[in-house]
Amino acid sequence: MIEENKEYKQMKIGRIKEGTVIDHIPPGLCFRLINILSLERYNNVLSAATNLTSAKLGKKGMIKISGKILTEEEVKKVAVVAPNVTMCTINNFSVSKKIKLTLPNEIKKIVKCNNPNCITNIEGVVTNFGVLQESPLKIKCCFCERTINKEEIKLK
Amino acid sequence: MLKNKDLISINDTTKEELRYILDTIKKIEEMDCSNLCKGKILGTLFFEPSTRTRLSFESAMKRLGGSVIGFSGDGSTSRKKGESLYDTIKTVEGYCDIIAMRHPVDGSARLAANSVIIPIINGGDGANQHPTQTLLDLHTIRKSHGQVEGLTIAMVGDLKYGRTVHSLAIAMSLFNATIYFVAPQQLQMPKDILEVLDQRGIKYYMTESIMDVMDKTDILYMTRIQKERFPDPVEYEKMKNAYILKKEMLTNAKSGLKVMHPLPRVNEISEDVDDAEHAHYFQQAHYGIPTRMAIIALLLGVLE
Repeated sequence: MIEENKEYKQMKIGRIKEGTVIDHIPPGLCFRLINILSLERYNNVLSAATNLTSAKLGKKGMIKISGKILTEEEVKKVAVVAPNVTMCTINNFSVSKKIKLTLPNEIKKIVKCNNPNCITNIEGVVTNFGVLQESPLKIKCCFCERTINKEEIKLK
Repeated sequence: MLKNKDLISINDTTKEELRYILDTIKKIEEMDCSNLCKGKILGTLFFEPSTRTRLSFESAMKRLGGSVIGFSGDGSTSRKKGESLYDTIKTVEGYCDIIAMRHPVDGSARLAANSVIIPIINGGDGANQHPTQTLLDLHTIRKSHGQVEGLTIAMVGDLKYGRTVHSLAIAMSLFNATIYFVAPQQLQMPKDILEVLDQRGIKYYMTESIMDVMDKTDILYMTRIQKERFPDPVEYEKMKNAYILKKEMLTNAKSGLKVMHPLPRVNEISEDVDDAEHAHYFQQAHYGIPTRMAIIALLLGVLE
């Protein structure tokens, strides 16, 4: 078995010159993040690794997106699906900004209410959810008051 | 305290606000308020038909000396022409001082409240909330039992889909109630309501039989079970009679027990109960007037 040293890890998911690195992704959420960020058809270099050894999480995932800085809305989507990941902006191979994401108290615009009779699904209303519980995540629609559990959350 | 606010959901109201509204209803019943809302206009926007709620809002405003404009059913309105709720509400805001609305879509009242400055009263938004019903229920309980605190209430029937019992359970949990949920298993109280009761340390019990609670409860709150809630009609036929209240079932009722129902009833309370001392549902419907008078007066700020 090849020892997973730093050098080898860098080979598996090569450094990027400019872009975004999402690190400390809990196991199993790497491909979900690629999906919600619509990166399946991304036309620049995209590296993703899962099941990397992590001192904190045991196993973790990592995504490196070359040539893309996430928008505020995309960052919020990531925070809903995988709160507590680390997000780094890379400039000229070095980290210019590093933030640990946290779940906002209110989740606006990015989540779709799964009640088909909710006004947000009938008129063009910006959705808004309050966070009832962080772990496991449970949110409540501010309009129809429906409670939605983590596994039922649909992102727009 | 409530001037210029909206009344959208019982989940937004604190115990202090509920007490304040209940005290105001009592005050309204005792005072001459025939000129309190003189010159004010209530808009009743009923996008789906309603008898009791709309008429009692209109009667309440007229008893306060105000006037009423509005419509009922969406056939005659611009909604039929495709106008959005937002546009309708923004337009009507200029025609009146306060709006009472009913709409078939969940969350519509919140959208209305977020869209305009004048107070919005939710008269029912789809399957979600109907807070003035809950307030009139609390007022009825207070009138019949002298107070709301520490009572035992049994809710019977369709507890899964009934918005009235959801809101009442939440409201009663603020008053340290003991609650019995009487329903067939498939129509029991939803988990998210039970979680709130757990958080508030409320004692509650579940049973399938009305007779289990008859000698224990101060209030027997009946609701209707609809046939269409059952995927198997045979199941419905088997249990339907178990949730119909008949006069002889009240023989062992706790002294002072009151039977309540949000109305309309279909067959869940047999007519022979009407003249029993426990029957309280028509009285309950009449309390809708002082309740809605108090809410209108408080939100308009004509009464402190």
